[in-house]
Amino acid sequence: MHILEGHGVTKLFGGLAAVSNVDFHVDQGEIVGQIGPNGAGKTTLFNLISAALPFSSGEIRFKGQKLNGLKPNQICQKGVARTFQQTKIFADMPVFQNVLVGAMFGTPTRISAADANREASQKLEFVGLSAMSATLVKDLTLVNQKRVEVARALATKPELLLLDELMAGLNPAEVSEAMELVRKIRDEGITIFMVEHVMKAIMGICGRVMVLHHGEKIAEGTPQEISCNKQVIEIYLGEEAHAGS
Amino acid sequence: MDITRFIPTNRKLLLVGLLILIIFLTTFPLYSKEYYIRLMAIIFMYIVLAVSWAMFSGPTGYMSLAPAAFFGVGVYTAALLYQLKGPLLPLPAVIVVGSLASFMLAFLTGLVTLRLKGIYFAIFTFGLVVFLKELINYLEITVSKVGGRHISYVSNTTVFYILLGICVATLLTAYFIRRSRLGLAMQSIGGNEEAAAHMGVNTTRVKILTFAISAVFMGAAGATTAPRLVYVDPGLAFNVTYSFIPILMAVFGGMGTLYGPVIGAAVFAYTEIRLRQQYPYYYMLTWGIILIIIIFFLPAGLAGLIPKLRDRLGGPISKLWKGGKAEEHAHT
Amino acid sequence: MLEVSNLDVFYGKSHALQDVSLRVNEREIVALVGANGAGKTTLLNTISGLLRPASGSVEFLGQRIDRLAPHIIMQLGISQIPEGRKLFSDMTVRENLELGAYTSAAWKRRKETLEQVYKIFPVLKERGGQSASKLSGGEGQMVAIGRGLMSSPRLCMFDEPSYGLAPKLFSEVLEVIKHLREEGITILLIEQNVRNTLETADRAYVLENGRVVLEGKGEDLLQNDLVRRAYLGL
Repeated sequence: MHILEGHGVTKLFGGLAAVSNVDFHVDQGEIVGQIGPNGAGKTTLFNLISAALPFSSGEIRFKGQKLNGLKPNQICQKGVARTFQQTKIFADMPVFQNVLVGAMFGTPTRISAADANREASQKLEFVGLSAMSATLVKDLTLVNQKRVEVARALATKPELLLLDELMAGLNPAEVSEAMELVRKIRDEGITIFMVEHVMKAIMGICGRVMVLHHGEKIAEGTPQEISCNKQVIEIYLGEEAHAGS
Repeated sequence: MDITRFIPTNRKLLLVGLLILIIFLTTFPLYSKEYYIRLMAIIFMYIVLAVSWAMFSGPTGYMSLAPAAFFGVGVYTAALLYQLKGPLLPLPAVIVVGSLASFMLAFLTGLVTLRLKGIYFAIFTFGLVVFLKELINYLEITVSKVGGRHISYVSNTTVFYILLGICVATLLTAYFIRRSRLGLAMQSIGGNEEAAAHMGVNTTRVKILTFAISAVFMGAAGATTAPRLVYVDPGLAFNVTYSFIPILMAVFGGMGTLYGPVIGAAVFAYTEIRLRQQYPYYYMLTWGIILIIIIFFLPAGLAGLIPKLRDRLGGPISKLWKGGKAEEHAHT
Repeated sequence: MLEVSNLDVFYGKSHALQDVSLRVNEREIVALVGANGAGKTTLLNTISGLLRPASGSVEFLGQRIDRLAPHIIMQLGISQIPEGRKLFSDMTVRENLELGAYTSAAWKRRKETLEQVYKIFPVLKERGGQSASKLSGGEGQMVAIGRGLMSSPRLCMFDEPSYGLAPKLFSEVLEVIKHLREEGITILLIEQNVRNTLETADRAYVLENGRVVLEGKGEDLLQNDLVRRAYLGL
């Protein structure tokens, strides 16, 4: 059984199909990437999985259970966590409190304050932000704000983590660090599904990649296969020279 | 010589200070004139309204204009159950009924409106006040055939003590909610509601619950204040000013802290009443100018003064105030 | 064309820029590279008048601009395309673009300029009537760039135009930038996509913790050890 699977997933905005009849699956332990031109429907797909947006038709199952009709907080408690393309941090709260929210409310059964505090500390250490626990998140650099988002999502004890353009705005050295972090997360047993434009990350850590274009899945395969796919090069990668940067 | 040795830890000092304040307030009516007892009672009422408004609207950022509605429900409960021609229930019971009625109204309103975003929520809650006024006015005139009601007499001292009690209850509730799981949930909603939901927070439940809890105290305050109004009609009971004034007080006092709205309510109410006495025709103008000047220099409200004082005084005395900030972020 | 001398800027309590000097000559493409938080955006915000320097000066075309209001600086011919798009989400794509031509001189020519922008980003013509909030991240970036071009600037400052853009689209943006240079527009470019940026730029400055630590020709910096280690991850 796939840990996450979608059949005929469609999302219409008026007459425009942002996501059109997409079938996909992710298996436990994988790191799967989603790429595609801007406006292809990648974040919309994530929004459908996490119930930030309602379906038009189709279904998505997590560990066999239908996610249609559930609310975001319910999906989180079932074990699906995510970060956002435009970081949705709690700006006026300290770093620790941001992660604490995830720890306190992300589990299906109520957790004690002491356990939640411990969990939050652990996750902050995991992403390397322990030194900044008391800093207000709005005062952090973008890289660190993204780390906070990741720690917060991890604190909800997910089995599946959706990363939406985690690498955006990071310079190559920072991208390498982030790639390491993603590998570390996978080693903890968490499955990862990520949207990315930074090809270095896609090529470097994804086991499988799917390509969306105008809301449809047009290709799927290993990073190597995808980077050689003529159509993908034409609509997305541009000259091959850029595929590796 | 290091005088810090003689200053006890901030926690102890705060508690001692509070204790003295409570003793002072509890014995206040014994040695004060009626005028001052009434004045203090009014201040307590405003503190309850400002603090309970800030309890919900502060952390979540949802601007509620409904305090007048819940306050009015309390007032009108007293008008119906504690009439001059013969109270149906003893006063404490009336207050409890008023609180429950407000709670239920808030719960229902929350169910309907808390799915609305920002500005629409504010407009709806404003409309609620007007709607209730018109509805009850209509019912009173067509069904009960009365224009207004007279409420049974209650002494200034009794009102003082009951409002003091409600005030303490409101502050304690606000204090514990801030430090609780619920308080953290509300802050996360105010920080970014979508992200909060994605982290497992049942945002609808949290909002409705806190909204309804805050209404309890507003209703209680209304039911207790009604006897002092003596004569009540729907227009007097459901008066939007009872929404605007507490909001002004909370903002003026400082939204970020527990004591901000308290200071705001106390200072605002006292100044307004005194000004009204001195300049019965100009007091609003004077008061408006003072407000503008204060907000201009202290955008964080009066409570914003305290960190500034802290920085100025520095050293051992600053340690007295530090307890406030650290407490807000401790969730144990 | 642009001369920044010994700039000291404070952002809140932090000393965001310390004794920063840089120069952009006419028709150059100059790149600004550095880690997040190094002060690159602060520098751009100071040049465009959103921030006041504590000391130092900014000169544009021989005139001192560091005490002028942002809208005056814009009329003088500097356009900033901010980080993270910052679109007017309640307005349509077309309205967002037109607002870029707000100054009276540019307003008169806006129909013409709009056609030019549509040629560069055809998708925007399709989406002209759509609300800006409905765009994807990358499409929004295109609108932001288009809007910045609508004022027909002499100096165009791009703050991370590649943010959230598909690789092919970013290549196209770099082509647009080169094309703009041919049209006579000078470019100051902040980017995280360091390799491509240094390949495209004539000269570049490296900012670290608010200070300029390196400057030189794009191709030279690509070979520089510090740059390779810290920014190219090699």
